[in-house]
Amino acid sequence: MNPWGKANETKTNGSASAALLASGIGCFTLAALAFAADKSAALKLQLIFYRPTGPLSGVTSVALAIWIILWLVLDGRWKNRSIALGRITQISISLLVLALLLTFPPFADLLPPH
Amino acid sequence: MREIWTMVHGMGFGALFLLFFSGAIFELYRATSGTALQTTPNQRRWLEIYLFGMAALAWLTVLTGAYVIYPWYRAVPPAGTTNLALFSQRLLLANPGTAGWHSIGMEWKEYVAWFAPIAMTMVAVVYRKYGDQLRNHRQMRTALLSFVCVAFLSAAIAGFFGAMLARVAPVQGGRTLQLMRQPQ
Repeated sequence: MNPWGKANETKTNGSASAALLASGIGCFTLAALAFAADKSAALKLQLIFYRPTGPLSGVTSVALAIWIILWLVLDGRWKNRSIALGRITQISISLLVLALLLTFPPFADLLPPH
Repeated sequence: MREIWTMVHGMGFGALFLLFFSGAIFELYRATSGTALQTTPNQRRWLEIYLFGMAALAWLTVLTGAYVIYPWYRAVPPAGTTNLALFSQRLLLANPGTAGWHSIGMEWKEYVAWFAPIAMTMVAVVYRKYGDQLRNHRQMRTALLSFVCVAFLSAAIAGFFGAMLARVAPVQGGRTLQLMRQPQ
């Protein structure tokens, strides 16, 4: 028992792993979609969900939907499990760094269109 | 109306989020460090409120930016318009000397800013779920602190370009907001 009268049961790291990985993938998806929309005029048109905001509306809506759905699915599968958190952290932070780079226009311009 | 929304977006939600950052990183580190004293339920609840408040500020910043201010910024002028003062994007692109503010500044800002609410929501939810137990999961604590730093970095990039764009091509059309008049 801790001083506040609650049992000190140690939680598994599955829920945190799901949250970390989903947010890393969510950010990367947003950056990848932004990059793809910049390179493909057809995709750019498809991603205009709200005309005044342009493709930003579609890029962010799709990425947020993928992030939330993935988070719920992973949490459902992992919440009672212990996951190799070190690897999940590495993957999530790598995706986040890649996402930061991919949204930086001079870096994205270096990459080929397809 | 445009000035007010721009101020609410940048000086209100965005600046407050950036100001809260140092408190979040310090409190999160202190409350979950292996050598820290046990936090009381009240302290934990306040840190939860603080982190969820930051996530809410980040969401309000990106949503007002994307759906209130950005449409003014990217509005297309009617054919034959010569005064582009109310069409910030076109005004910037019309001059090679200012085009970079759009092609680098705004194009980076409009997407990178969204990392902040995603990261802060995740951090707030994980802290709510694990609380003091984060001190038993060192890697998890390090990952959360890294995500808070990335949230700050992305908000700082967006904030910097937002502030600079507001000086170069303000969405209100370049009128100055006069606080006081010089006596005649």
